Amino acid sequence: MKQSTAQEDLVRGIWRENPVLVQVLGLCPTLAVTNTLANSLVMGAATTFVLISSSLMVSSIRRWVPNAVRISTFILIIATFVTIADLVLQAVVPVIHKALGAFVPLIVVNCIILARQEAFASKNTVGRSLLDAVGNSAGFVMALLIMGTIRELLGSGTLLGMSVFGRHFEPWVIFVLPPGGFLTLGVMLLGANWLQERRKSAAGAA
Amino acid sequence: MRAPAAAQSEATTAARLVKVLGGAGAVAGLAIVTAFLATKPRIEANRARAVQAAIEEVLRQPDRYETLYVVNDRLAAQPPAGADASRLEQVYLGYRGATAIGFAVTAAEAGFQDLIHLIFGYDPATGTIIGMRVLDNRETPGLGDKIVRDSGFVAEFDSVVLPLRGVKAGQGQDSPGEVHMITGATISSRAVIRIINNRIQRLRPLLDAYRAARPEAR
Repeated sequence: MKQSTAQEDLVRGIWRENPVLVQVLGLCPTLAVTNTLANSLVMGAATTFVLISSSLMVSSIRRWVPNAVRISTFILIIATFVTIADLVLQAVVPVIHKALGAFVPLIVVNCIILARQEAFASKNTVGRSLLDAVGNSAGFVMALLIMGTIRELLGSGTLLGMSVFGRHFEPWVIFVLPPGGFLTLGVMLLGANWLQERRKSAAGAA
Repeated sequence: MRAPAAAQSEATTAARLVKVLGGAGAVAGLAIVTAFLATKPRIEANRARAVQAAIEEVLRQPDRYETLYVVNDRLAAQPPAGADASRLEQVYLGYRGATAIGFAVTAAEAGFQDLIHLIFGYDPATGTIIGMRVLDNRETPGLGDKIVRDSGFVAEFDSVVLPLRGVKAGQGQDSPGEVHMITGATISSRAVIRIINNRIQRLRPLLDAYRAARPEAR
């Protein structure tokens, strides 16, 4: 396998291998909690904290973890950071914690996080794993923020709770409901694929 | 010679697996307990502040309020000795000056999707609701959750006479017990009305008995 450079480790997750738009992973929080921009921001921050902390921990102890118990050790590490994130959110932003409901504890089973541990952090140095985790978190947060912006703007006519279109705007309630999540994600995947295709064909023609 | 060596290495592996998992579990446990203890005071303060804000809102800013406990179908100012007060059903009695102005009562029943938790102020002297606030709900975003966000609907509960009766928007005869329901959120609106009626039906004897026994509570 070709060795990747540090820069590649960082940028790969943002666009070329974006966890949501390209790998189509972690769709449960992407669909469920992006009905407002504030929820997307907090979910993105919590997932970033868990992904970066877990990658640092897994990559630093990778030599001592036997292959047979690696998955259970990774899950244990991820679950610990998720519990900490859950408690901190409950203490600092109780209103948003309540709005996110069960989806904070469910970060444990966000497959982006376990996938990065299994595919990258358990095989690479702490520094490289940090870059990889930062890149993937940025890619995930970017997707959540786009979803949150579109859904809150169209579904409530607001951004971060502030009115954007004025009193006469009739909100498209469907966008804050589950079908709106699927619709928005579908259009985003379509756009991302179209861009990637266009880039590929431009590279082929050159 | 080979077999004992293999057995020994297997035992070492097993011991190592247990050691790694046990060690990781111990460290994880320690980290979680530390985080729990560090955040506990703030989480409890947040909860207490939320309850206090809700009580003050539905009783229209009382000067003070006292917590009463439902014990054996009677209201008591003190929880029974040895009981965990936080597990008892609680009612709050608000005062303005030395006069009792009403009870703040929490209630929860099924709405459209899940339980709707709410709190309301009740003036037993006039049999009216002072104010209502939904504390927690899982109603449909954009439709049923208007029971929280629609200020017109919330204001319907100001000084409304019991028993409450839900009427569709644009209908009704302006009788004192009427609550205009939200178009598109009829089930959730009706649930709020039902929750308050049921709760008062159950608590009224307790509240009346407490008031009869305590002159300062009117």
